[in-house]
Amino acid sequence: MYNDILGYIYLPIQSASALMSVTAPITLSARNLIRRFGRREVIHGLSLELRHGEVLGLLGHNGAGKSTTLQMLTGALLPHSGEIEICGFDLTRQPQKAKAQTGFLPETPPLYREMSVNDFLIFAAKLHRIPRAQIADALTETKRRCGLQDSGKKIIGTLSKGYQQRIGIAQAIIHQPEVIILDEPTVGLDPSQIRDIRTLIRELGNMHSVILSTHLLGEVESICDRVEIMHHGRLIYGDSSIKMQQYGSQSGFIVTLLAPPALSELQAIAEVQQVDPLSTTQFRILHAANANPSAALLALAAQHGWQAEQLVPLRTRLEDVFMQITQDEKL
Amino acid sequence: MILTISLKEFRSLFAIPSTWLILGALQFIFAWFFLARLDAFLQVQSQLAQLANAPGATLAVAAPLLGTVALILMMLIPIFTMRLIAEERRNQTLVLLMSAPVSDIHIVVGKFIGLMLFLLLIITSCMLMVLTLAAGTQLDTGLLLTNVLGLILLAASYTALGLYISSLTAQPVVAAIGALAIFFGLWLVEVSAVDNDNTWRALAPTSHFQNFNIGLINSTDLIFFLLFCSTFLLLTIRRMHNNRIYS
Repeated sequence: MYNDILGYIYLPIQSASALMSVTAPITLSARNLIRRFGRREVIHGLSLELRHGEVLGLLGHNGAGKSTTLQMLTGALLPHSGEIEICGFDLTRQPQKAKAQTGFLPETPPLYREMSVNDFLIFAAKLHRIPRAQIADALTETKRRCGLQDSGKKIIGTLSKGYQQRIGIAQAIIHQPEVIILDEPTVGLDPSQIRDIRTLIRELGNMHSVILSTHLLGEVESICDRVEIMHHGRLIYGDSSIKMQQYGSQSGFIVTLLAPPALSELQAIAEVQQVDPLSTTQFRILHAANANPSAALLALAAQHGWQAEQLVPLRTRLEDVFMQITQDEKL
Repeated sequence: MILTISLKEFRSLFAIPSTWLILGALQFIFAWFFLARLDAFLQVQSQLAQLANAPGATLAVAAPLLGTVALILMMLIPIFTMRLIAEERRNQTLVLLMSAPVSDIHIVVGKFIGLMLFLLLIITSCMLMVLTLAAGTQLDTGLLLTNVLGLILLAASYTALGLYISSLTAQPVVAAIGALAIFFGLWLVEVSAVDNDNTWRALAPTSHFQNFNIGLINSTDLIFFLLFCSTFLLLTIRRMHNNRIYS
């Protein structure tokens, strides 16, 4: 329990684009998407918007409809009703123009195992209508970005899962699309590969718009500007990922006092609402959101020689927030 | 765009070892058959010389050989058409084409032409062998050309049908066996028909090839092959579109 509380993940500083994006042009908008498989409706009237320079995380349990939604946004599946617009082009009326603006990495990277990396990427480039003269440049640039410089001549089938995933991302970005759609981009990778790919996605997010699905909450924390939570084919919560962390959280901190006073003394400090001893030296102190008693506590500690060592603000973990939001929806 | 997809299909065929194996084995079978026919022809040549209007080498050697090629293509094409869509679907690479800015027509026609290029290669290699006869005798070019045209049309209609079967399933093996079963069924319809004017017989591509094989170009046969190809290509395109709606 106590390890749980201490085990928060620090939020990296989010890029400024989260704040700027309110004015950035909308690159992708979907309105009232409905999708059925047979008679079963799996997506119920989903709407979402994506702005230039934004990374949107689509979060949800397995089977929440994330992959279906992303496939609809790329035109691989057609919605039964609703509209999708990419950079002003309607996906059903002008499919080729709209699709030229998107890059898609499905759950399983669509790789022809018998082809070499170069051949495959050149094929992807031609398929996305890059003019013949620019293909060579696009190829070198994309390989540099995805760290594939040395594997150009290798056969895709012989490469490791991590490299295959990179090739998958490379084929999605080789034509510099406005909208990049990634379905669980870091699944099955080792930690260092995950870090590399997250850095790459963050980088892509500054110049393009990225929408990615995941069920890893850490991923959302580290790369997304905005989060949409999907549950049973609906979007049930959408906000910036910073705000999501504050959802239903209790303000407070954990303080370590090597020579602690009696519990009642801590309780007596102004604005303190509740004190829970976590061990003989650690205390969790809860307070109201608008008043912080930490300064007063530290002053007292110095005065009475409580030997204050550490003061860590309490923050809810995304896991808890996520569970809370999906639970709330069920009720 | 069609050309991009065709060339990719054509080139990726040669990335698989089994393609080379098949090409080698085919050439061996063709050569074997060719030499056997040639041998038989040489043995009866002196007797044939006494006939008033004797069949030449083209009719006695080349035409039967190309008839065999037609039969072998029937068994061979399902192996290649199964890769075109069913295998891509199973390997989940089809989504690359589906989400790319290309239409279903581009995808289907591209794949069709890609495989046709490969089949043309097989037909050409067989024709080169036949052309060696020119060293010893005068060849009937008209008969040879109608045979080639017939073979190409036959291969095209098998490819179109095989492509359609391939688009129906995500299991390459099912696609191959399904296509082979239908080809065999059509062939049996032709073989088992007693009456020459049987309407059932008109359904089989092989029976239309027979005319080309003996040097006849009928507009009926031409129209049959064109209709056969375009029907199944259209059905495949339709199926690819439905794939986005129902799958």
